[in-house]
Amino acid sequence: MCSAPEQTAELPEGTDLSKESVLVGKVTADGSPVGGAYVRLLDRTGEFTAEVVASATGDYRFYAAPGTWTVRALSRSGNGQTEVAVGGPGLFTNEVRVA
Amino acid sequence: MSRQDALVDADWAEQNLDAPNTVFVEVDEDTTAYDGGHIPGAVKLDWRTELQDPVRRDFVDKAGFEKLLSSKGIANDDTVILYGGNNNWFAAYAYWYFKLYGHQAVKLLDGGRKKWELDGRKLDTEIPQRSQTSYTAQEQDTSIRAFRDEVVNAIGSKNLVDVRSPDEFSGKLLAPAHLPQEQAQRGGHIPSALNVPWSKAANEDGTFKSDDELRKLYEAEGLDSSRPTIAYCRIGERSSHSWFALHELLGETDVKNYDGSWTEYGSLIGVPIETGDGKA
Repeated sequence: MCSAPEQTAELPEGTDLSKESVLVGKVTADGSPVGGAYVRLLDRTGEFTAEVVASATGDYRFYAAPGTWTVRALSRSGNGQTEVAVGGPGLFTNEVRVA
Repeated sequence: MSRQDALVDADWAEQNLDAPNTVFVEVDEDTTAYDGGHIPGAVKLDWRTELQDPVRRDFVDKAGFEKLLSSKGIANDDTVILYGGNNNWFAAYAYWYFKLYGHQAVKLLDGGRKKWELDGRKLDTEIPQRSQTSYTAQEQDTSIRAFRDEVVNAIGSKNLVDVRSPDEFSGKLLAPAHLPQEQAQRGGHIPSALNVPWSKAANEDGTFKSDDELRKLYEAEGLDSSRPTIAYCRIGERSSHSWFALHELLGETDVKNYDGSWTEYGSLIGVPIETGDGKA
């Protein structure tokens, strides 16, 4: 498997939040979810790390190492980005508004 | 090889959807995107089930490739335009694979599915009907394919370009950050490899950077153009993307893709592995 797995709000079976840091979130525009956006995870220097296509309900998920990340979304409704701090193992949530 | 021989842009593609002897092919590992809507007239290729041997860990053989292309309705004199998701990773892999089996008239759609979608261009769910052909492939051109012994022998002598992310290169991660980390092999990279992530060769919309930007990128990372180059990643698809940039766009002559990549190398007994950022 190397292509982006299906993005869902629920974590895939086998995800161990006592060991992994998982970043989940939603792409929105004017408060409504934006499906199918291209969501990019950029490291603290702005360098590309990973990209997924958000689900129809705007959900995305990354397995990120602890640190500060930028989540950037590209969509037909516009682009947007937000910063998120990911700590030790656990679930971290954020939201990207596009306009 | 040069950019105009190897790459077409979305405008060109849109104007040539019905051009004679031109076949658009969407390539992905997960083909559900194709099923939900694809470039009108495009046929689909499934990287995993159609380009990989179902039993041995290798490609389909020459006869298998001939059978596959014949069944897709692709003829020897057709120009094949490849595109896909994941910033064209699997389309670039298929491009390399078509070249490996001697199909010369093959081009990549710059930006792939991402740019097409972001531009709001037309997608279609109709499955095209193409009549069966009798395709003839050539023997594999191994001047563009590297195998493990050659890679081990290249340590310290050829350019080894590891195109994975820095965290995979250093050994912190075994797979890209959007994937579960399930692999059992060791982490790290091949000693003497440069780390030039594939993504540095691409713009945000999935198109390739300009020749000037690409040349500067590889120069700045220390690639020695007077030596042969071998690119690798985890399973050989991201390195196909960088192989495409180096061999097809920049016209570097001796560039191979090591499709065994880290899943093979990181599982070998006794080979040297380096961890860390490689910039000691």
